[in-house]
Amino acid sequence: MSRRKDNYDTSRWLKFKKWVDGEVDLLADGMEARVPEGTAGREKACVPEGTAGREKALAPEGKAGRGEALAPEGKAGRGEALAPEGKAGRAEARALKGKAGRAEARAPEGNDNQARPKTEAMSQAAYEAVQEEELKKLPIFTQGYDKSVDHGLALFRKFYRFMSVLLCGGLILVLLWTVAYLPIFGNAGNPDNNEVSARYIERGLQETGAVNIVTGMILDYRAFDTFGESCVLFIASCCVLVLLRIDASSKDSQTEKRRKEAAYDRLYEPKNDIILQKCACILVPVILIFGIYIVLNGHLSPGGGFSGGAVLGSGLILYLNAFGFQKTERFFTEKVYRRTTLCALTFYCLAKSYSFFTGANHMNSGIPLGTPGAILSSGLILPLNICVGLVVACTMYAFYTLFRKGGM
Amino acid sequence: MSFVQNFPFFSIIIAMFSGIVSSVLPGKKARNLSLAAIGLTGVMSAAVLGFCLKTGESYTYMMGHFPAPWGNEIRAGVLEGLTALLFEIVMFLSVIGGLKYTAADVEESKQNLFYIMIDLMLSSLLALVYTNDLFTAYVFVEINTIAGCGLIMIRQKGRSLSSAIRYMILSQLGSGLFLIGLSLLYDVTGHLLMSPAKEAVALIEASGSYEVPMLVITAVVSVGLGIKSGLYPFHYWIPDTYGYATPAASAILSGLVSKGYIFLLIKIFYRVLGRENVVASHIVNVLFVFGIVGMIMGSLHAIAEKDTRRMIAYSSVAQIGYIYMGIGLGTQAGMVAAVFHIFTHSATKALLFISAVGLYEASGNKKDYLSLRGAGYRNPLAGIGFGIGALSMVGFPMLAGFISKLLFATSALQSPHKMFLTLIALAVSTVLNAVYFLRLVITLYRPAVSPEGHEVLEHAGGTKSSWNLRLAVLCFLVLNVVLGMFSQPIVNAIGQGLMMFD
Repeated sequence: MSRRKDNYDTSRWLKFKKWVDGEVDLLADGMEARVPEGTAGREKACVPEGTAGREKALAPEGKAGRGEALAPEGKAGRGEALAPEGKAGRAEARALKGKAGRAEARAPEGNDNQARPKTEAMSQAAYEAVQEEELKKLPIFTQGYDKSVDHGLALFRKFYRFMSVLLCGGLILVLLWTVAYLPIFGNAGNPDNNEVSARYIERGLQETGAVNIVTGMILDYRAFDTFGESCVLFIASCCVLVLLRIDASSKDSQTEKRRKEAAYDRLYEPKNDIILQKCACILVPVILIFGIYIVLNGHLSPGGGFSGGAVLGSGLILYLNAFGFQKTERFFTEKVYRRTTLCALTFYCLAKSYSFFTGANHMNSGIPLGTPGAILSSGLILPLNICVGLVVACTMYAFYTLFRKGGM
Repeated sequence: MSFVQNFPFFSIIIAMFSGIVSSVLPGKKARNLSLAAIGLTGVMSAAVLGFCLKTGESYTYMMGHFPAPWGNEIRAGVLEGLTALLFEIVMFLSVIGGLKYTAADVEESKQNLFYIMIDLMLSSLLALVYTNDLFTAYVFVEINTIAGCGLIMIRQKGRSLSSAIRYMILSQLGSGLFLIGLSLLYDVTGHLLMSPAKEAVALIEASGSYEVPMLVITAVVSVGLGIKSGLYPFHYWIPDTYGYATPAASAILSGLVSKGYIFLLIKIFYRVLGRENVVASHIVNVLFVFGIVGMIMGSLHAIAEKDTRRMIAYSSVAQIGYIYMGIGLGTQAGMVAAVFHIFTHSATKALLFISAVGLYEASGNKKDYLSLRGAGYRNPLAGIGFGIGALSMVGFPMLAGFISKLLFATSALQSPHKMFLTLIALAVSTVLNAVYFLRLVITLYRPAVSPEGHEVLEHAGGTKSSWNLRLAVLCFLVLNVVLGMFSQPIVNAIGQGLMMFD
């Protein structure tokens, strides 16, 4: 395509080969670090036996402390790959990966379908062919694509960019222009200072029993909207499940690839970052307790289910990051997630249905409001806050784990 | 207070609750629960419709212990009951008709998620129909958008993921504009419930203040909901979305989801902004022009298309254009025609998508429409279903499409400035519809070509689709004929329902 390609010394192919052989670290140039598994096999051939031995001799310095911590499941090789400290470290990682990585790449297949040991060699060959294909899709090969070939497309892109900027600018201008005509913010005579907000403020306490007017509003006056909002969270996490959960029974290649990637993620942990773990030891309990406080005190002080749930969720995510999935799964699995969400939403649904039904039919709901200011007061608001808090915390945590490894 | 009056509330809650419970059920149970929920809510909507027809008036229903301007509220009338009933019928039949493909397209462990989407989609559609509160409408628009996205991408094959992303982006743009409109409206009126907001709007219009914000609100809400329902210049998500989703999802998305937004728009026009104000702001003219351009361009795109399902999807663009043209006429008769066309299109487009599945089955699941040669002989019922659906879309007498075209034409006569353009657009669009739909139908009934190049006239046995697909096609056929033959009571009910909106 271009003339540069003729010059072998500066060619991308040479760069790529050097990179594959571990002579250069392209990470410094911002290149994607992940190598397709297929190349690992090639590296094995490339790296002389001697180096591997040398690396092992080198290793203890770097690994001394970490080696033990990394120990479970013998994933040390991949774990090390994370910490490239220089060329030597890099090469070492590659060399180890050549062996360990290969073995692992094969392992899941063997585990999953033990019935097919015969075809393994064949599938291995097919697998490598696929990997070759994938290799060709690496940015290195596509970067050379000459955009100027397609004048029409380039022109369209320019036109498209111009028009989108114009459209956005136009929309912004129109909206700003509108804002200029709106009532002045905070003015006492504004239309939104009407009987609606007046009643919320004046009679909110005695009608809902909640000291915190906002909570009273969203969980009592307009509880139907809030139920809808919780369902938005619920369905959003369902959508992420659809998109990211890796189906264990599925056999197609894409799922296989994703499962492999998920396994790849698991190799990184437990990270055993001492600083993070110590900080988490101190912070997580405080964060969780604070989250619970925000949820439980939602009707008395600023806060409530949504904000408290977000705090709880972030505490869980911090714990997960510090200690890894294995420890988190002792108390929070997919089952727990599902049951918690189900119970919270079911309770919300039934409790509010009862309240709506009695309200619409002008019956007395019989739920005591209690003394305003006490922790057990304001009728259904406290349990509803807990429900919303649980849903929000679970959703946040589920999002995180699903994006990270496609499961819980 | 009669017990029937609780039914709108019950049906929304039942739909949501079944979605929540489905999250822990295995796929099959979730499916049965979902079908039961749709059926039950259908019965309830029929009861509500009957109740409102009997009493001849609409009613509002307090969601909680607090009356109108303070608490949430829903509202039911003749039009709401009728629309909800039709939506539920179409949804039930679409789910039934696509059962086999849902099972095949969706991974085993995600089956229940599909039905969660269906349940929540149903609840959001019902809430959009019944709501009397702008913010409730927004919340359920959100649920609707996310559920729609899930329904598209759950297939995870072909281009469904990229089309889901496209749908998400455009839908979010629409939701965003809608939300901006609602916030502006709240700022100038101070109300979120429709009835008090309408009073405030009437005061504002009378005093002549906030002229610019009111114009922008009308525009932003119309354009936002227009984008979400696939109005012509914003239709680019439609063909991929409808073309690559699993059949049940395609039928539901094209038949119901976009219609829910249009219904909401009509409701806002009537119950918040006031139809006279909207007509005076000339926004309807913009919708009218977009609608007419959509009618023509959608059909042209469909003619250029080779993939059958994308062809049907582009036809949806044209049909949405019809509906907006009806709204754009700005008259009561135009609105009636638009609402009737919502019904027509829901019933017919779902029929087309579902019967196309039967035809695909009989011809080896190829996308190209030429591969369907002779499919009408191989799967007779699906062929008839598709043929009737196509004829209905073209506007064949005795079928639903004919009545809606007739209504459009007669309502055009009442608005002198737009009469000429409407009639010409109707005529041109009908011809274009005929070009691609009849081309398809003729292809279906041409003898298939054997591998040697001879025409095969004998179709030994033919394939029989599963019972549920046949049942769905049959019911859709009946629905189409009913809408076509017994249209007068339905048109009267729509008129009565629109009167109740005021």
